[in-house]
Amino acid sequence: MEFFKADKIYDFMGKAKYFMAVSALLVIGSWALLFIKGLNFGIDFAGGTIVQVRYDKPVEISKIRQVLKKSAIFKDASVTYFGSDNEIVIRLKTSTKNLKQDIGDLARKALAGTGNYEIRRVDMVGPKVGGELREKGLMATVIAILAILIYVSIRFEWRFALASVLALVHDVSIAMGAISLFSIPVNLDILAAILTLLGYSLNDTIIVFDRIREGIIESTKLRSLNEVINEAVTKTLSRTVLTSLTTFFVVLTLYLFGGEIIRGFSFTLLIGIIVGTYSSIFIASPLLTILGFDLEKYRKKLAEKRKRQQEKEKMRAMYEQGMV
Amino acid sequence: MKWLNYRFVIFVLVFIAGVALSVPSLLNLSFGPKITLGLDLQGGLHMLLGVDTKKAVASKIKSIAAAIKYYAEDNDILMDELRVNDNGISFKLLDSDDAPKIEEFLQQQKGLVVKKDGLKYTIALTPQEVKSIKEYAIKQAVDTIRNRLDQFGLAEPTVAKQGKDKILVELPGIKTPEQEQRVRKLIAKAAHLQLMAVDEARQARADQMSPEEAAEYGDIILKDRNGRKYLVKEIPILDGSMITDARVAFDQNNQPVIDFTLNSQGAKIFADFTAKNVGKRLAIVLDNVVYSAPVIRERIGGGSGQISGGFSVQEAHDVAIALRSGALLAPVYMEEKRSIGPSLGADSVRASMIALMSGFVLVVLFMILYYGIAGVIADIALIANLFLIIGIMALFGATLTLPGMAGIVLTVGMAVDANVIINERIRELLRSGVSVRKAIEQGYKNAMSAILDANITTLIAAIVLYAYGTGPIKGFAITMSIGILASMLTAIVGTHGIYEALMDKIERSKNYNLWFGIKV
Repeated sequence: MEFFKADKIYDFMGKAKYFMAVSALLVIGSWALLFIKGLNFGIDFAGGTIVQVRYDKPVEISKIRQVLKKSAIFKDASVTYFGSDNEIVIRLKTSTKNLKQDIGDLARKALAGTGNYEIRRVDMVGPKVGGELREKGLMATVIAILAILIYVSIRFEWRFALASVLALVHDVSIAMGAISLFSIPVNLDILAAILTLLGYSLNDTIIVFDRIREGIIESTKLRSLNEVINEAVTKTLSRTVLTSLTTFFVVLTLYLFGGEIIRGFSFTLLIGIIVGTYSSIFIASPLLTILGFDLEKYRKKLAEKRKRQQEKEKMRAMYEQGMV
Repeated sequence: MKWLNYRFVIFVLVFIAGVALSVPSLLNLSFGPKITLGLDLQGGLHMLLGVDTKKAVASKIKSIAAAIKYYAEDNDILMDELRVNDNGISFKLLDSDDAPKIEEFLQQQKGLVVKKDGLKYTIALTPQEVKSIKEYAIKQAVDTIRNRLDQFGLAEPTVAKQGKDKILVELPGIKTPEQEQRVRKLIAKAAHLQLMAVDEARQARADQMSPEEAAEYGDIILKDRNGRKYLVKEIPILDGSMITDARVAFDQNNQPVIDFTLNSQGAKIFADFTAKNVGKRLAIVLDNVVYSAPVIRERIGGGSGQISGGFSVQEAHDVAIALRSGALLAPVYMEEKRSIGPSLGADSVRASMIALMSGFVLVVLFMILYYGIAGVIADIALIANLFLIIGIMALFGATLTLPGMAGIVLTVGMAVDANVIINERIRELLRSGVSVRKAIEQGYKNAMSAILDANITTLIAAIVLYAYGTGPIKGFAITMSIGILASMLTAIVGTHGIYEALMDKIERSKNYNLWFGIKV
């Protein structure tokens, strides 16, 4: 089975400006969302308490709210269904430092008389820990991007590195925009999803770039950068689509069957895979031309590198034969 | 003997090792290396505790004051206005002849800054001493909490210092909220035992006295469990640090009491004090609550005492554990708590297994549909990869968390990537008319740099995630990294070995549609 015609080269660069326009709109829209609506920080980063309660039969949330209103601590709590109408989650912005009696204990008391229930989860994060986690999360993202920038600069060229990081910023921005749009609580697992997306989307881009580099070396005819890029993107198209599809399948099953707890994580990845695939096909390579990538200079550089390597090999061969 | 190429042999060995190492985990055997399930998958209690180190400094100052007082009384040095606050101690000597003696004693104590103004002394701790007290308080809290949980009889408690000033407590064995609350109370118990002298001269006025007025006499007001007030000397006669043992016993009314034993220094102080104060009351104070205040009838040698005062048996048991394992020098408080019920953990395991299996089946079928036998070969590598991840995790005793499960599921999707890249290259070469043998050799060679670059960048992200993540995120980073490394081994070396083994067959058949899913 084949997805694409083997002998056809698609003209991606010819339509690059349309895709760039669409991406610019999406990124600006996402940033606007982030600035205006902001992120809904979950308890991992904002601090607070989550109590997850399962009843043995469906419960009415309004009833639970009424019961909780009576208690001073749970007056401002938000109560929502969690996955099914047997299960609810109580969210509080506060946390307790007290070891002897914490919010979980108080919740058990407050819910007395609402039916047969089991407290399945109590997560409580103090404000200090939340702040530290937020700082660490930001650090992790920045360091990951820097490390990638350095690696790609060494393996390719600085414009490749910059273009791939810009593509990353594009992908992460849109994913964050989606997170903001759907008010998904940003917790540690969302951070993990974002960092996975970083690795994944980069993976895709690097494979296209690798082909571009190869195209530059192999083609002896003088061709334009656009032609080289078109050929490279086309040749990797089957692979890009195929890997994205298999990953998408898997993440989709995670989203559908992974349970409520992992839903935010898998949702972020679903968006990320779509955006990451799109950007590595349509966005990353045009960025190379926008950054003023010079085909001839790079070709010369690669040729020199190759020459040096050949000389080295020759020297070694001579050395091994005892001619030096 | 095409089957004996080195790549194929390595792959088979790796496959066998992966299966062998993962079998104990998968079948839950009693022997062999096994993956431990994280708290989010098996249920349990995870807590990050903070330590109030300032309180440790304050109590150190108090115990130095107690030592000064005892030394002074022992050597007939007369002093007045012995006062303690959070920053230090002050007192006044009545007789200047005593100055050399007390100064020599103070010099023997380490970490003190002594200022002298006539006969008035002010004593503070040096900054290094304060720092080391704080550090010690955290270390001691870790040891104490570990001790208490060990004695409580829970399976595999983890107590470890985390970061600069936090303590991580993980208790997989906790099943019910009641159990959890009892454990939290046990951890939180300061278990600060003090034997204090009742200020008999002023005790009658205890009910009317304000704390400020009490402080003027060097006294504090404490209550017992029924709310009765006691006026006691602020500086204790001795404290729980001199306890060597504490056990639950029963008194003549069959009420649980706690018998404690003092070390030799404590026993001497106790004996001396009781000898001098016959007829007065001695308050037995635990965590600032007076439990009993018996009248001293005679000198008590032997260094043992008893705390009574209406305990339940369970309570007496927990107090005895707390006393035995030592007092917390500094109170601990909760910074973060995650408690997961066992049923939720089981649900998470079930859900992620369903996701794993269905994702796996989809990918396997899709690869076969698209690539034919090349897809089957990629699938074999994928299966080897899964066993290898589980096996390696078991070998290193890694913890599998819910995000870790997600990491494995994700690896299933991404692991075939290397084979997709290779297969695409092989197809390309076949289309350009190269022989199969050369297409396969060249395909692997051409694909290599892309696979390496792509996987190394992903690995970088995973390593950063590990370095900066906490708990479950670390678990995710570990499974991701192992998955990437394993997939490189199985997808690059393993499948290449299989192709080499099958090379003659492929060359003979010429049916590229069957082998690689393309018509040439």
